Amino acid sequence: MIALVGLLAGIALGLFFHPDVPLWLQPYLPIAIVAALDAMFGGLRARLDGIFDEKVFVVSFLSNTIIAVLIVFFGDQLGVGSQLSTGVVVVLGIRIFSNVAAIRRKLFQA
Amino acid sequence: MTEPEESPVHGPETDAGPARRPRRFDRGRLLIGVLCAVLGFAVTAEVRSNDRTTKFATARQDELVGILGDLSQRSERLRGDIRDLENTKSGLERDTQGQTAVEDARRRAATYGMLAGTLPAAGPGIQFTIDDPRGRLRAEDLLDALEELRDAGAEVIQVDDVRVGVSTYFADAASGGVVADGRILTRPYRFLVIGDPHTLVTALGIPGGVLQTLRNSGARGSVAQEQRIVIRAIRSP
Repeated sequence: MIALVGLLAGIALGLFFHPDVPLWLQPYLPIAIVAALDAMFGGLRARLDGIFDEKVFVVSFLSNTIIAVLIVFFGDQLGVGSQLSTGVVVVLGIRIFSNVAAIRRKLFQA
Repeated sequence: MTEPEESPVHGPETDAGPARRPRRFDRGRLLIGVLCAVLGFAVTAEVRSNDRTTKFATARQDELVGILGDLSQRSERLRGDIRDLENTKSGLERDTQGQTAVEDARRRAATYGMLAGTLPAAGPGIQFTIDDPRGRLRAEDLLDALEELRDAGAEVIQVDDVRVGVSTYFADAASGGVVADGRILTRPYRFLVIGDPHTLVTALGIPGGVLQTLRNSGARGSVAQEQRIVIRAIRSP
């Protein structure tokens, strides 16, 4: 519940303030968002499984985003940034899909 | 990475949160709310910035370098065009007898004549021979080769004795050969092409291109770059 309220509040604030993404953040923000989405779906799945833990959620959310961004950052330093970000997005995408599949099974028993 | 967005979100959320949900409000839940707010904020910011900025802002360095290279090449070419046109213009202005105008018109007539195929032409180019010992090639194979040459910037083309113009056609002859503009072509088919030799050779040789297709259908194409190709066949105007 609080998560949904927070999400809506954040979207409202974003629409209200018209934020500009700073230049240095531009390569990393999309990756961070995908990583955060992965944590969100993981949290939702845990919630439906009845094993949701706030601490786990917060830690996984932060570590997911930070690690994803760090990987892309190091990739940029090594000159393989675009390939690595593709790789990160693919891995996170697979995780999101499997989480969504688990959620779907839970909700619809199908 | 989430730090910059955290401060504007943190304030309103802490103010609004307890008022709405006074019971069971511990730090963990608050933190979850804040994180989700940050996520929502970041998503909106990213989506909006993607809406606004064009492809350049998100393009990586090597893509930008490519785009820049293309642009400077094009502007170089256009600047050359400007120089030529200004030369013509100043010549025309200086010229009271109409001499320059006549020369210009003559030069242009020669260029158009070469492109239309009514004048002979000479210049650097390639000689492209298609050896088809078993007679397997159809008209469409030759048309493919011709189109590839045109795409690669061929200016003047002659196939055997036929000068290729805009209305040139290939057709399968009843006797098994190929007809171009009503004349039966003799094997091996010989293309004389004027144009940038290197570009033409590269275009013919690309993987899956004309040479490979010919090889797959049992024919053999060979290309020779020449400093000077002379094309004598002409089309009647």
